[in-house]
Amino acid sequence: MSITQHLPVLQVALPLLAAPLALIVRQRRVAFAILLAASLACLAISLALWNHVQDGSVISYAIGSWPPPWGIEYRVDRLNAFVLVLVSGMASLVLLFSWRSIEAEIAEDRHYLFYTMFALCLTGLLGITITGDAFNVFVFLEVSSLSTYVLIAMGQKRRALVAAYQYLIMGTIGATLIVMGIGMLYLMTGTLNLYDMAERLGPLQGQRPVLAALAFITVGVSLKVALFPLHQWLPNAYTYAPSAVSAFLAATATKVAIYVLLRFYFSVFGQTIFLDLPVRPLLIALALAGMFVASFLAIYQLDLKRLFAFSSVAQVGYIVLGIGMGNAAGLTSSVLHLFNHGITKGAIFLLLGLVVFALGGTQLSRLKGLGKTMPITSIGLVICGLSLIGIPGTSGFISKWYLIMAAVELGHWWLVFLIVSSSLLATAYVWKFVDVAYFQSPETPAAAGRALPLTMVLPALLLTASTLYFGIDTRFTIGSATGAVASMIGAQP
Amino acid sequence: MTTLAGSFTYLVTFLLMMAGFFIIIARGNLIKKLIGLGIFQSSVYLLYVGPAKIVGGTAPILAAGFTVYSNPLPHVLILTAIVVGVATLALGLALVVLIRESYGTIEEDDILKLDILPEPETEQA
Repeated sequence: MSITQHLPVLQVALPLLAAPLALIVRQRRVAFAILLAASLACLAISLALWNHVQDGSVISYAIGSWPPPWGIEYRVDRLNAFVLVLVSGMASLVLLFSWRSIEAEIAEDRHYLFYTMFALCLTGLLGITITGDAFNVFVFLEVSSLSTYVLIAMGQKRRALVAAYQYLIMGTIGATLIVMGIGMLYLMTGTLNLYDMAERLGPLQGQRPVLAALAFITVGVSLKVALFPLHQWLPNAYTYAPSAVSAFLAATATKVAIYVLLRFYFSVFGQTIFLDLPVRPLLIALALAGMFVASFLAIYQLDLKRLFAFSSVAQVGYIVLGIGMGNAAGLTSSVLHLFNHGITKGAIFLLLGLVVFALGGTQLSRLKGLGKTMPITSIGLVICGLSLIGIPGTSGFISKWYLIMAAVELGHWWLVFLIVSSSLLATAYVWKFVDVAYFQSPETPAAAGRALPLTMVLPALLLTASTLYFGIDTRFTIGSATGAVASMIGAQP
Repeated sequence: MTTLAGSFTYLVTFLLMMAGFFIIIARGNLIKKLIGLGIFQSSVYLLYVGPAKIVGGTAPILAAGFTVYSNPLPHVLILTAIVVGVATLALGLALVVLIRESYGTIEEDDILKLDILPEPETEQA
């Protein structure tokens, strides 16, 4: 067998190997080099996998040559290949950023531990995405979650500890509910392979344990997605985590959870059960509530990091709304927004990392006149803010356009109205930053802060530029998203 | 299955689950919350292992005289889940130790009160 046939397992094995290596060497420099090499290799592998499945084929990899459904199967189709590219790409950029960023935020003797945890988190997220085995989903979910709690607890302030503790409690409840749901599916079907399970669930439609499993998995994954009202852990976790961690989590963790939701709804339970049950109205109602309540809360925040954390909850609402509508256009908008919002939020939190590096914090009171003191960073934040609102020319517009098209297709004009009016709320909270940065003069004119290192500026600007790029050249994103949706709906038994 | 005895493990499973969940919600002490979380997670172990046990069943080995086997897979899965549970508990307790060191309390209400006050600008040890 040639090495290319083993790409699916290498995708997960490389960061998994990098973790103990980084721990053993105990040196910040070497640990960083190992991690960067591993994450760049992951990015290359995910691009190769993505390229391979674009013709609609599916890669099935049998771990240890045990054929599925007995062995664990890694299965790559157009949906998870797209998510793999997002996760490994963000990991590479955030790692580059972290080199100087954690110098300012984490004690030097803990840096190798930071990289160990980062590697485990990446392993978990890639593993959840690539695996075709239900119990594997739970194990990788816990690998990524446990390392995430540690990463959050590494924040500078003591509130980071409480935020990590709260996330640990909520996250574990979510994971336990998921494993409960998987257990019920296993008891009913006798298999753990997601695709084998889908076939065996066919004649069992409507039986109570299956419905209970659907409920358990929906609630459990919604906790990880931070779907309103299960979002309580998210604002504190994002606010008090180190900048690099906030950026990585905001861009990937909730997005991977949404992927799990899509996978279970469309590949395991299948569309019929999804359409018959009142899951969709429920998702639509919660998504709308999240879009409005979280946006309102965002407007009243005094810390920019926290403001954008609430905005994340609102933006997750748009993604779930697309799933709730359930038609092809809605799902396309969900997958598109999963990617577009990932890069936009990643860019925002990296730019905020620059602000933290230069000024020591992101409270709005410190950011007066930021447009003068840090012109490029402010422009970047404004561009990303425009993408959150959905202004044409930014990537956020593309996904919102598809979302509105989906609502029009279903004839839900009230939904179009609500989507547009929630965008107005986004305008309000983005304006809050613009007002502070451009219309208030700095209190101490000379407070220009430290010079920003290139390894931090480059990833932040690259992501900001791609926010604009994917708003204009949409071949990659729309092509991948429509392909992903085709493979989701086409995979119906 | 319809008798009370037949669904006994399920009853215990959900009793444990709800008891654990209640402790997590109702208790303000961070360690008691973790105890609740442990009970909550334990309920899942029972959900998997209970139905996998067949009365008189043995491990699936080929030997003369044994014809009834218990399915080993759920047991193996739960071994993994137990390890995850132990790791979660250990990490949770480690966080509580750090919280105790920086806040001086492990009562949620007191921590919330301390958080309202402006935080001293010191980095954690």
